[in-house]
Amino acid sequence: MSAFSAIDEEREIDRDEFTPGIEPQPTWCPGCGDFGVLKALKQAMPEVGRTPEEVLLVTGIGCSGKLSSYFESYGFHSIHGRALPVARAAKLANPGLEVVAAGGDGDGYGIGGNHWIHTARENHDMTYIVFNNEIFGLTKGQTSPTSPKGHTSKTQPGGSAKDPVRPLSTSLQAGASFIARTAAVNPNQAKEILKQAMEHDGFAHVDFLTQCPTWNKDAKQYVPYIDVNDSDDYDFDPTDRREAAEMMFETENKLSEGEVLTGVYYVDEERPSYQQEKQALGEMPEEPLADRYWDDDYEWERSYDLLDKHK
Amino acid sequence: MTDDELIWRIAGGSGDGIASTSQNFAKALMRSGLDVFTHRHYPSRIRGGHTYVEIRASDEPVKSRGDGYNFLLALGDSFARNPQEDAYYGVEEVKPLSENLDDLREGGVVVYDEGLLDAEEVPDFEQRAEDNDWHVYPLDLRGLAKEHGREVMRNTAGVGATAALVGFDLDPILDVMHESKMSGDVLEANEAILQEAYESVRDDYDHDHDVSVPEGSHDEEQVLVSGSDGIAYGAIDAGCRFISGYPMTPWTDVFTIMSQNLPKMGGVAEQVEDEIAAASLAVGASHAGVKAMSGSSGGGFALMSEPLGLAEMTETPLVLVEAQRAGPSTGMPTKPEQADLEHVLYTSQGDSNRVVFAPGNQAESYEQIRRAFEVAWDYQIPSIILYDQKLSGETRNVDESLFDREPAPDLGSTLSEEEIQEAAHHHSGKFQRFQFDPEDGVSPRTIPGQKGGRYLASGNEHNESGHITEDPQERIKQVDRRLRKLEAIRDDLAEDDVLQTYYGPEDADYGFLSWGSQQDTVEEAVDRLNGAGYSVKALGVSQLMPYPRQEVSDFLSSVEECIVVEMNATAQFRGLTQKELGRYGEKLSSLLKYNGNPFEPADVVEGFENITSGDGEVPGDHTRYVPAAGD
Ligand SMILES: Cc1ncc(C[n+]2csc(CCOP(=O)(O)OP(=O)(O)O)c2C)c(N)n1
Ligand code: SF4
Ligand SMILES: [Mg+2]
Repeated sequence: MSAFSAIDEEREIDRDEFTPGIEPQPTWCPGCGDFGVLKALKQAMPEVGRTPEEVLLVTGIGCSGKLSSYFESYGFHSIHGRALPVARAAKLANPGLEVVAAGGDGDGYGIGGNHWIHTARENHDMTYIVFNNEIFGLTKGQTSPTSPKGHTSKTQPGGSAKDPVRPLSTSLQAGASFIARTAAVNPNQAKEILKQAMEHDGFAHVDFLTQCPTWNKDAKQYVPYIDVNDSDDYDFDPTDRREAAEMMFETENKLSEGEVLTGVYYVDEERPSYQQEKQALGEMPEEPLADRYWDDDYEWERSYDLLDKHK
Repeated sequence: MTDDELIWRIAGGSGDGIASTSQNFAKALMRSGLDVFTHRHYPSRIRGGHTYVEIRASDEPVKSRGDGYNFLLALGDSFARNPQEDAYYGVEEVKPLSENLDDLREGGVVVYDEGLLDAEEVPDFEQRAEDNDWHVYPLDLRGLAKEHGREVMRNTAGVGATAALVGFDLDPILDVMHESKMSGDVLEANEAILQEAYESVRDDYDHDHDVSVPEGSHDEEQVLVSGSDGIAYGAIDAGCRFISGYPMTPWTDVFTIMSQNLPKMGGVAEQVEDEIAAASLAVGASHAGVKAMSGSSGGGFALMSEPLGLAEMTETPLVLVEAQRAGPSTGMPTKPEQADLEHVLYTSQGDSNRVVFAPGNQAESYEQIRRAFEVAWDYQIPSIILYDQKLSGETRNVDESLFDREPAPDLGSTLSEEEIQEAAHHHSGKFQRFQFDPEDGVSPRTIPGQKGGRYLASGNEHNESGHITEDPQERIKQVDRRLRKLEAIRDDLAEDDVLQTYYGPEDADYGFLSWGSQQDTVEEAVDRLNGAGYSVKALGVSQLMPYPRQEVSDFLSSVEECIVVEMNATAQFRGLTQKELGRYGEKLSSLLKYNGNPFEPADVVEGFENITSGDGEVPGDHTRYVPAAGD
């Protein structure tokens, strides 16, 4: 028996396996877009052939961070802004795991922004879902990095003087190799995009528009949405970096004007993942490091064999 | 201290290759059978600035740097920027010769490179040499080096001259040179320079000074290692195969050694965007089943506060190292201090739940990081090794056999899949990761990918299967269980002989208490004081959390008075001791130093004499005395 026999196990997977027996009813507000992410993830996971015990879902702090409580798998509910560094190390430790990181717009684009840039730059093979509700939900509605310019809140009573972060464009500049935007109001597209993101070998960033009816917009404000990959009004090639960049720029501008564009914006299948890069340099083992601790025959290296230069 | 010892100081500018030259010379002295100790002083800049390395070599064990030095090799600072007298930093060019000249012992030897230095520029040099009976040898080391090779090789010329003047054989030096990474041409040139310097000094000078190298022998093969080597090698032998970090002096040494070695062992080393990420990656790797570590120095460690708390709350095993330097803020990056004690014990919100060890020397660095990994994985708790710029850079010979040990990659209290099948599960199928009944507080742990082990790890308070809860009863049970682990660790470590170090006669009247890197300096002072007729012993404490209450209490009750020696301005360890023991305030006084230089044994000896003689004055202006409460 392998030490991690849940990994790559071949069996039928039932969607219901991803609903926890302990806290099956999420405590999100009625109408919250976060339900949409949960549902899409539960649907996508069996389709990529992964079972709960080979998935590690790492979340940040926020309403969004509760995702790991309502999704049955190995979970790590970390601290505000730090889901990505925890998640990417877990992937390096055991590449056999399906690693998904998730958190809010404040969590990922604000306090954790540095990690987002660098995780994208390094192109770790994982999926990153950002619940973008353009607001700080859990702390009761303050302005977030994606709130539109002029947005008023209790902490910005005169309106925000800042232009919002451009999540898609920034991710592209940083080096993510799969970038998409979807919305909770579009469950079929959402499931499909999450599936593609998880199947992608590299850093897949999904900016997921999640309405927050309690503090910000409700679902109606994200409808109608346009899928730029299907619409006749838009014609661009997501494998072409320049075209993707233009499409992202326009999408970000349009959202500020109230028009919701979604879809897969960028896919680079050529770029090796971080793990592959490191392995090519001989800086990472071929066998999962986590397995070694269970291999009774492994001959552990000793410092005693490094002492020549000290003599 | 023996009279028969060499304390050789090589002084020059940063970037002049002094570190490697001195390391090779130290190895040669060690190979000849001597015990050696090296101490490095350098400024926080890359080129220029006064820097020196001191090698103390004796046929008796050397535990510390000595008092002052008896041989100065002044090379000249080839990157000096301020040749003017009125420059802010003074005349940099002559600093290798002028700086700390007061510490050169009477009868000492000075070799200086007259190709670069002009003794006339050192105030009253001739007069002082005469007054102190210094034996001065101006040599054109630069010229000699240029003749056979390149100017930078004047270091080698200086070593050749030294060997001739102290009666040391060239063979061990040549051996070390041959085994080093020097290429053919460079090696030949260095050899020629070494020989030539040796012979010309031997033939051209009558020397009548008393400084010489004693003869010694070792029972077994020795290796010259720093505290950083000890820490890195202990981690490797404990099965650590993942390190994440961000450079910061002096922690960078450990990070570098690990980054160079781990990939060759099929491990992973990650230099990341900042220290928050560094600690978070170590948490993530450990969570996924790999023995992982991270570390930093003061400011970087401050950034690790939140992930450290996350490891405490999620009970993720983790080892962090903190290499102190003088603070606050950027402080003095290349100077030692022990002022981060309280920071490391208490940083991060909530009640602390961690283990902290401060090794006393190079060998203890190795032993204690092994122990840190063992405790972390047995008890699912973060362990921290707290050391400093002194221990990180000072090297010393230790028995090679110290490292001849079985590796210990065991994952402690982590369950195998077979064990998971038999362990308790919630009826929903969730693994009961945080059961509150275990007596020692250690609940069973699983790893993602293991069948039947799924659970939620959360930085929020949680129930037995990991789900977030704010129920008062569950809260109390979890807090109590986590704290029980610390009590169990305290009991477990009580018998441990690599943590607390007792020194001196058991029935002594006076005691010294120190922690971490001051231990061996204090021990040397104890020897000297007992030699001078006093009755003194010492306890060097390494286990800072959980605090060894019984051991320290027994020690303190056995003495009349005790002086706590530490490198900070606010007597942090004395404060901790009083907080933990709740008494002995009237017995404890403090000897403190925080000028950027570690204690020398003489500081401690004189401090003791002055404090116990009742006048409360301490030596020079560089140490401070804080009397006992009620005095
Ligand atoms: C270091 C730190 N700072 C601040 C907080 C308080 N806090 C919790 S969630 C949050 C913002 C939540 O907004 P977002 O990340 O967008 O998540 P949402 O609730 O909208 O899903 C803040 C500021 C915290 N937990 N930790
Ligand atoms: S506050 Fe907003 S984001 Fe949070 S649960 Fe309620 S609706 Fe959702
Ligand atoms: Mg938000």
